[in-house]
Amino acid sequence: MIENPRADELVDAVAKWIDSIRPSLPPRDAFLARVAANVLSVVKREILLGPQADAAAVERLSQLLGMSGDVKTLNALLCERLRSGDMNAETPGLLAALKANITDQIAIDQPHYSATGS
Amino acid sequence: MEVDISEGLQALAPKLGFATVAEVQRLSAGASMETWAFVAEGPQGRREMILRRRPGPFDEEAARSTSLATEAALITAAQAAGAPVAPLVWLCQPEDGLGEAHITVRIAGETLGRKIVTDPRFEAIRPELAGQCGRILAQIHSIPPGTIPLKSADAIGELDRYETLYRSFGTERPILELAFQHLRKHAPEPMPEVLLHGDFRNGNLIINETDGVAAVLDWELSHLGDPAEDLSWLCVNSWRFGVSSKPVGGFGDYQDLLDGYAAASGIEIPLSRVRYWQALGSLKWGVMCLLMYSSYASGVTTSVERPMIGRRVSETEIDLVNLLEAGL
Repeated sequence: MIENPRADELVDAVAKWIDSIRPSLPPRDAFLARVAANVLSVVKREILLGPQADAAAVERLSQLLGMSGDVKTLNALLCERLRSGDMNAETPGLLAALKANITDQIAIDQPHYSATGS
Repeated sequence: MEVDISEGLQALAPKLGFATVAEVQRLSAGASMETWAFVAEGPQGRREMILRRRPGPFDEEAARSTSLATEAALITAAQAAGAPVAPLVWLCQPEDGLGEAHITVRIAGETLGRKIVTDPRFEAIRPELAGQCGRILAQIHSIPPGTIPLKSADAIGELDRYETLYRSFGTERPILELAFQHLRKHAPEPMPEVLLHGDFRNGNLIINETDGVAAVLDWELSHLGDPAEDLSWLCVNSWRFGVSSKPVGGFGDYQDLLDGYAAASGIEIPLSRVRYWQALGSLKWGVMCLLMYSSYASGVTTSVERPMIGRRVSETEIDLVNLLEAGL
């Protein structure tokens, strides 16, 4: 893969351009342009943080389930165990693993979301 | 059928007790509901009003939400019960040519949740709001359902409904899965049903510096159910607008809300019941975010908003994990 410009730089460039034209847009389009810029910031964070978050989730879920696989497979397996009642909120390590995984996901989706005290 | 709103309102002015209408402007661009602001003028002066209308057809039997005629009845009943509302001026009739619609007084104040929790001009009133919300909910819950046609929903019914929706998306989200199982197992003993607002949260309240809550808006999700459902929806972290340290709407504390409710209703609702329904609220909001994303994924809508809201599911998941960690 080429080194420069990186995908996150390209995405960033588009987001900056959208921000630059926002003030000239009618209200509805200005709102949607802000949403579009936010979309690109999610994409950028996923490019930068996604691989590491995925790898960490695989490690946590493999340990919890005693199985190996990719994130999709392990998530599906965990859902099956929760549905069947084999695992529940009292299962040792379950909530800690879920919390670590979702914390990584929030860092991509909404890094400023405040969840303390929820 | 395209309706000329200005023309329709002009023709309606005498029935509203005014000579003319002016300054007609569209406020929201919602797909299912339109909101218009206008000013009615006559010898007695001018009055700011709001027209709410449904541009498309509506099947009250099948729908989750109420008709605008039912909403009008709820507003009037809530006013009679002492709750602050934007009073009903006119329920449109077929001959008015505006379709399914009603007109209310326009109440001055702020509805943007983010401003309500951060703007310095609300600093003095903010500590009063949680208790006031508790008292207002007690007033709303005291409304005799009487002739208002409303559906019922309890915790298990809500879980069934949202789990069916969730399953239809074919997605695997362990935290939502865990929440469904946990909330099913720990549903509280049912309480006598009351009339609920159904969407009582920061964002649907008009707040001003002197009155605090000046009006409760958006009655279309009203139904009969557990009083804790209304108390808790206001506490769901997604409606705290970044001030998560203030569990009630981002402006207040649980105890003030519950004390206000108990003082006005004589009914003590335990915090644990509110926390249970708060988790159910987060779960419902998570599934709703998935639903909005699915309308994009299936090609029904193309707006960039819809896929983006799909990334708000994770906020409900972190809130659910926190609630489960705390034992709800």
